[in-house]
Amino acid sequence: MNASVPHIEVMRSQLGRARGLGAGHSGVSHWWAERVSAASLLPLSTWFVVQMFRLGGADHAEVVKWGGKPVNATMLAALIITTFYHAQVGLQVIVDDYVHGKAHLPTRLLVKIGTSLMGLLGVFAVIKLVVRSGSGK
Amino acid sequence: MVELRLPRNSTVGKGKTFPAPAGAKNVKTFKVYRWSPDDGKNPVIDSYELDLDTFGPMVLDAIIHIKNEVDPTLTFRRSCREGICGSCAMNIDGENTLACLKPIKSIEGDVRIYPLPHMPIVKDLVSNLDGAYAQLRSIQPWMQADSAPPPDGERRQSIEERGKLDGMWECILCFCCTTSCPSYWWNGDKYLGPAVLLAAYRWIADSRDEHTGERLDSLEDTFKLYACRTIMNCTQTCPKGLNPAKAIGRIKELQIERKI
Repeated sequence: MNASVPHIEVMRSQLGRARGLGAGHSGVSHWWAERVSAASLLPLSTWFVVQMFRLGGADHAEVVKWGGKPVNATMLAALIITTFYHAQVGLQVIVDDYVHGKAHLPTRLLVKIGTSLMGLLGVFAVIKLVVRSGSGK
Repeated sequence: MVELRLPRNSTVGKGKTFPAPAGAKNVKTFKVYRWSPDDGKNPVIDSYELDLDTFGPMVLDAIIHIKNEVDPTLTFRRSCREGICGSCAMNIDGENTLACLKPIKSIEGDVRIYPLPHMPIVKDLVSNLDGAYAQLRSIQPWMQADSAPPPDGERRQSIEERGKLDGMWECILCFCCTTSCPSYWWNGDKYLGPAVLLAAYRWIADSRDEHTGERLDSLEDTFKLYACRTIMNCTQTCPKGLNPAKAIGRIKELQIERKI
C-alpha cells in the first residue's frame, strides 16, 4: 500500500448510504401515541390540579380516604400511567436526537425500564391507598 | 453522543482584511468564511470593506464584486442570479437564503456570509450536497404509473388536481431548508430532511402518480420521516416562501389515515 495515498474508509455510493437499511415500517404509532397521550394529559392534569386545591390543608387520613375512592383511584392511576407512558415516548425522541452510536440502544432500554418502573410504583401506591381505605384503617 | 463544540480543525480563526478603496463613501464590511482543502489550515473569516456604490443591490452582487475586483480566490456557486437555479444558497446574516435574492440593505451592520450549515465543505462557500441529492434520488422523484398513458397526448389532470401541486413544484432544491433543520444536523444520515420530504409529498399529491402506497411505505420510518420535530426552521428560511413543514405534516396525516 502506498503510504502517501490517503486511506479512504467509506467508498459506498451516496445512494447506497441514503437508502441505508430501508424503511423500518414503524413510527406511525409512536408519533400518534405521543399526541394522544399529550391530549389525554390535559383533562387528567386539570382534574389533578383542581383536586389538589380542594385537598389543600387536609390531613393525611383525609387524603388517604380521598385516594381510596374508586373514581379518584381510577383517575389517579390513569394520570400516572398516561404521564409515564408519555414520558417514555417523549424521552425516546430526545434519545434518538442526541444519543448516537453504541450508546443508543442501552439508553433507549434504560428509558423504557426507568419510566415503566416509576409508573408501576405510582400504580402500586394507588392500589395501596384503595386497599387501606377498604380495610378501614 | 452530543457534540457541543466544533472539532479542533473546524474552529474558525481571524483572516485577512481587505480595506475599502480610497475615496469610498458608502462602505460596508462583508465577513466571509474561507476554507481551502489544499493548505491543511483551519477556516478563517476574511473581512472585505466594500464601496456599496460600485455594484448592485444584492449580496450576490457584492460577492461577485469581491471575486472580480478584490480577491479572485473566493470560491462560491452562482448561476441565474434571479432565484430560480438555487446555486447561491448560503448562510447570510445567520439565515440560509439565496445570495441573489437577499438585499444588502436588509442587513444591519456587517454582512456575515457562511456556507450552508452542517454540510461538508468543498471550499469557501461551496458545501457538498451529494448526500442530500442522493436522498432526493432515493424517494424516486419521478412519475410512476402503471396505466398506459393516452396514445395521443399527455396524462391529463383536472384544474383542481393540478392545484394540489402548488407550493411544491416551485421548490428549486437549494437545500436552504434541509441545512437549517436541527433534526437534519443531528441525524442527517438517516432523516431525509424537509426539501426531500417536500419533493416526496409533491409526488404523493400528484393525481397522475399511481404509487402513493409504495411512496408512503418507503417513508414510514422512525428517522426518514418521523425525525421531523416540527421545529419549522424549514418554512421560516425558505427563500421561495414555500412551506415544507406543511407538506411533512400532510405525509404524517396520510400515514395515520391509512393505519388508524
